[in-house]
Amino acid sequence: MYYSKTIFELGRKGRKGYSLPNEDYGQYELPTHLQRTESLDLPEVSELEAVRHYTNVSFKNFGIEKGFYPLGSCTMKYNPKINQDMSAIEGFHIHPYQSVKASQGLLELYYETQRILSELSGLDEFTLNPYAGAHGELIGLMIMKKYHQDRNDHKRTKVIVPDSAHGTNPASASVAGFESVEVKSNFDGTVNVEDLKKVLGDDIAGIMMTNPNTLGIFEKDICEIAKLVHDAGGLLYYDGANLNPLLGQVRPGDMGFDIMHINVHKTFSTPHGGGGPGAGPVGVKKYLSEYLPVPRVKKVEDQYTLELDNDTTIGQISHFYGNIGVIVKTYSFLLSVGKEYFKDISKFSTLNANYIKESLKEYYELPIKGICKHEFVFDGLKDKSTHVTTLDVAKRLLDYDVHPPTIYFPLIFKESLMIEPVESESKQTIDNFIEIMKKVALEAKETPELVKNAPYTTVVKRLDEAEAARNPKVKYKDIQHD
Amino acid sequence: MFKYLPHTSEDIKEMLETIGVSSIDELFKEIPNDLMDPSFDVPKSHSELELRRRMNELANKNLALIPFVGAGAYDHYTPSVIRHLIERQEFLTAYTPYQPEISQGTLQYIFEYQSIVAELTQMDVSNASMYDGATATAEAMFMATAARKKQIVLVSKTMNPNIINVLKTYTRYRELEIVFIDEKEGQTDLEDLSSKISKEVAGVILQTPNYYGIIEDFSSVKKRIEEAKSLFILNQDLASLSILQTPGSMGVDIAVGEAQTLGLPLSYGGPYIGYLATTSKLMRKMPGRICGVTTDTEGKRAYVLTLQAREQHIRREKANSNICSNQSLLALAVTVYTAVMGKEGVKEAQMNSYKATHYLAEQINKLDTFELVYDADFFKDVLFKTTLNEEIVEEALLKEGILGPLQLSKFDSSKKGQLLFSATEKRTKQEIDHLVQVLEAL
Repeated sequence: MYYSKTIFELGRKGRKGYSLPNEDYGQYELPTHLQRTESLDLPEVSELEAVRHYTNVSFKNFGIEKGFYPLGSCTMKYNPKINQDMSAIEGFHIHPYQSVKASQGLLELYYETQRILSELSGLDEFTLNPYAGAHGELIGLMIMKKYHQDRNDHKRTKVIVPDSAHGTNPASASVAGFESVEVKSNFDGTVNVEDLKKVLGDDIAGIMMTNPNTLGIFEKDICEIAKLVHDAGGLLYYDGANLNPLLGQVRPGDMGFDIMHINVHKTFSTPHGGGGPGAGPVGVKKYLSEYLPVPRVKKVEDQYTLELDNDTTIGQISHFYGNIGVIVKTYSFLLSVGKEYFKDISKFSTLNANYIKESLKEYYELPIKGICKHEFVFDGLKDKSTHVTTLDVAKRLLDYDVHPPTIYFPLIFKESLMIEPVESESKQTIDNFIEIMKKVALEAKETPELVKNAPYTTVVKRLDEAEAARNPKVKYKDIQHD
Repeated sequence: MFKYLPHTSEDIKEMLETIGVSSIDELFKEIPNDLMDPSFDVPKSHSELELRRRMNELANKNLALIPFVGAGAYDHYTPSVIRHLIERQEFLTAYTPYQPEISQGTLQYIFEYQSIVAELTQMDVSNASMYDGATATAEAMFMATAARKKQIVLVSKTMNPNIINVLKTYTRYRELEIVFIDEKEGQTDLEDLSSKISKEVAGVILQTPNYYGIIEDFSSVKKRIEEAKSLFILNQDLASLSILQTPGSMGVDIAVGEAQTLGLPLSYGGPYIGYLATTSKLMRKMPGRICGVTTDTEGKRAYVLTLQAREQHIRREKANSNICSNQSLLALAVTVYTAVMGKEGVKEAQMNSYKATHYLAEQINKLDTFELVYDADFFKDVLFKTTLNEEIVEEALLKEGILGPLQLSKFDSSKKGQLLFSATEKRTKQEIDHLVQVLEAL
């Protein structure tokens, strides 16, 4: 049965799902002119009705615990249960204005997390205040801008973004008030050094890169690129979305990056929550640390302190100290993995990706041969004679209880199918996925209509997305009388 | 072997054979040697038991105090069902709903969340959420400057200084300018607003209840803002709109603020959730994700992310905002809170908080050492000036397990002796009386 009701269609006038104490504070009335005048149409349901409703709504979702989730560039690894328990500990749920000496535990946790991220990344100091990867990018670019401005170098108005970059990179550059300049990639998505040389100059503030790039290829010329950019007076920004295959083995700081963000909801297993909350810690080299946003957590002798402001910071970028609840889970994961196993995350995520790539390259078009890191991209089916597209393949995978890979990204290929299998997946799971992918390729050849009309088993079939944009219905009152 | 890594030596061997290399290290051979194998100093791997010990040790270093402070983060009650529902793996572990056929759960709760925000604010459309109330306000400012193609925004000095700080940071890099509207008796000086507004102003940003807890009446400012062809941006605590004047009724163009007050625990400042709602006219200028209703090929009601042409992954360098991940799971928490508390419960929690704060203010006002700073009605925060030493007040309360009021002098040295108290429906009369007794004894 398809469960289609909204919470607004349940319950009955007068029903309640809550209980509050009857505390008699006395007679205090809101002045009439300050009161809400409109009626308030909110649900009136019992607790069971609400619980059953959201349980039924949840059944319409696919999560990591249901099945394989090889969504490229998203690092959908197992989200350990223990981390949820740790973040629920009562002692972590204090008021943000609790004084420094009454919140030493959380400040220590924050400080220690910063320190571990520094060790793993090779960047000297971190802020954990940014709320998400994109927020981290913005903060990193603000730091880049202020660094140049403080040196009275006002000509640097452009940021270089390779054409293989995540879409967020150029958007972040614009929001930080930069103009983005695109450099072409080589056939494997790596930065074309000759093309880079052409755009480098005294108007360049820096370059945004991810390494390995969005095709899963390690930029082996990274040291040369870093030198060229630095010699031209620019800084290097590292987009941490693809950090997973480097853990414990290679550090962005050692490659020459000056600023980076980390997506803890990718690399360090905090749950994505259907689109947040994440966290996007930003790390910088020592010479940029004075620009990090405030408040900053510092250690003075044995005490942890909060620095609310200073003369050099880019300023405040969040109301308080970021998504602390997410940072608690991050720290919990970092301690669980520990020194012994970071390297294995890198190794096994890379092993898994290469194994899938080699097992499927006869069935799907592999534009870039050779070794990849944690992810790689197919350019659609190898045999395109039946006109089955990447979208069709993705929709057919839904019928096999697999979350489809990322599709139509990167933009370099027409039929991109970007696969990232992560280290927490076993060989059996991966072999099963390989068999399914082969089967779909066979179906595409023999019964193409079957694939083109997929999915069949999901709660809804393909959607009319154009209609939703043409005639936006974005709240219950827009559909109440449909 | 490690519990999150399933690879056995047999697995590894078979996989390497398929790939055609002899070792995993060979998969990293293109990386320059001098970059490989850095030394790094991190803790050893902790077993579950060791992890629990360490985390409890840290948690115990935070004092368990009864908060009498708000100032942007309020200690409201969180019903048990919320955590149970939002931690269902279907919601918790899913990615952004890019494949709508298997993300109807996420999409539906976003739709319900948008409906709730629209109902509380009486605005036409809400997005899927923002990081927090402060960054939501900054995004509203960008929306206004882009929509009006002007560089100046007016901001009232009665806004929470943390929000002002975030606005300042965000404007610095876009060559936008903030002009402040003065305050008068703890409220926005509307005459000053009138004198500073002009055709050069993209938007006017105000807040109620303001930093001092005062409920400002902005029902008559729209006209002045509209005459200048500027946009009216109002920051409000979302839960307060269940009983206070709505932005819709005041002609607000962009309604923003914090929605932590709808059932989110304090969590030392985050994760919270910002909301942003606007008019149909400005809908296509909105940042962030929006969920809409459509049908599938069989005609069934279904949900989908819509109007994506506005967003960063499509517009790239032409985007006006770079937000992608937001605070989705908190949008679910807010939705579940509103569902179980319902029409009456949301109001009751807010009204009880209003009463608790008024009872608290009445008791403190009886003390010789305290007086109310402003004579205006307030909501969940109330500002007193004391003749006592602020540090002594803080220490005395701490000894009794109480987190005292915010010292405004921490952010503004001219506000010495000014203390911002707060109470919610969670504070009992007994707790309030105890607080007052401690203050009285000083």
